[in-house]
Amino acid sequence: MNTEHLAPPPPADENKKLPLFRQGLIASWPICLGYIPIGMALGVLAQQGGFPVWAVAMMSILVFAGSAQFICVAMVASGAAALAIILTTLVVNLRHALMSSALAIHFKGVNRWFLSLFSYGITDESFAVNMAKFRETDWSRWSGLVVNQSANFVWILSTISGCLIGQFIPQGAFGIDYALTAMFLCLLVYQLHGPIYILTAVITAIISVLWYILLPGESYIVGASMCAATIGYLIKRRRRRS
Amino acid sequence: MTFSEYLFLFAGMGMVTYIPRCVPLLFLAHRRLPQWLVDWLSLIPAAILSSLLAPILFTRAEPRSFALDKPELLVAIPTLVFALKTRSLGGTVLFGMLLYWLAGRFF
Repeated sequence: MNTEHLAPPPPADENKKLPLFRQGLIASWPICLGYIPIGMALGVLAQQGGFPVWAVAMMSILVFAGSAQFICVAMVASGAAALAIILTTLVVNLRHALMSSALAIHFKGVNRWFLSLFSYGITDESFAVNMAKFRETDWSRWSGLVVNQSANFVWILSTISGCLIGQFIPQGAFGIDYALTAMFLCLLVYQLHGPIYILTAVITAIISVLWYILLPGESYIVGASMCAATIGYLIKRRRRRS
Repeated sequence: MTFSEYLFLFAGMGMVTYIPRCVPLLFLAHRRLPQWLVDWLSLIPAAILSSLLAPILFTRAEPRSFALDKPELLVAIPTLVFALKTRSLGGTVLFGMLLYWLAGRFF
């Protein structure tokens, strides 16, 4: 696995190395399972859009952002300029700034090179898994890095194999298309620590559905999350005062 | 497209993907956050997950419209109950996949 050389733990932690690594893998397998059909679908589309296999590999290594990669394939196929694709990618991936901010609470005073490395693998899925782990256990940041990088590794392999053999595999086999949705449902359950969290989730659901229907693009994720978190925070503060 | 055209495109995309993931973490991890920000950020994970899920469950994609009859929503109800009862991530994923697969066979 490509994480071994990225994560040299300090000598004192030598005994804990394997458990930390294994803990990360155990936490990340649902993500990896969910990435396989999506990555393969991306590979198939890219191959049909004229991307050579090495370009798909290069894209998954340099970008590692599923939705932006799908958009890229579609935009390249329709002849869009590189700059337009890059700007679209920026807009689609701005939501990770919000996740990166929320993660910061658990990385107080951690050295900058670790943070720079960890940031590469912050996705919707790894963010949600790591936040749940940080909150409920004494989760090691090294295990968190294993979650990020093993998901990345599976993503790269899935997109490449989709490009090579994807068209021979039937769509929707074994309900695997539902893997990430089911994972998000369970991760949401982990986040419901009390009434204010449930209320925030319900408000977000309402706003995000309206936002999604009324406005094009992907802004509904950041927009609805920030609105609902602000409403939830204001309600919480009001109740604390009264 | 040539190799260097692909490289330029993906390097540019990679950069604008990396910066929003990296800058807040680098900036905030070395500062004492005010309590209001900590409180606000603690609500963000639940909000993000809900905003990722709600359109999958309650809307159709093309054209975007409200829907209450998608198999995704039907399957989500028992899957949610399973998650609440077991709190097992892997189990919930497999349970949801099984139900979705069954739903696909009957609808």
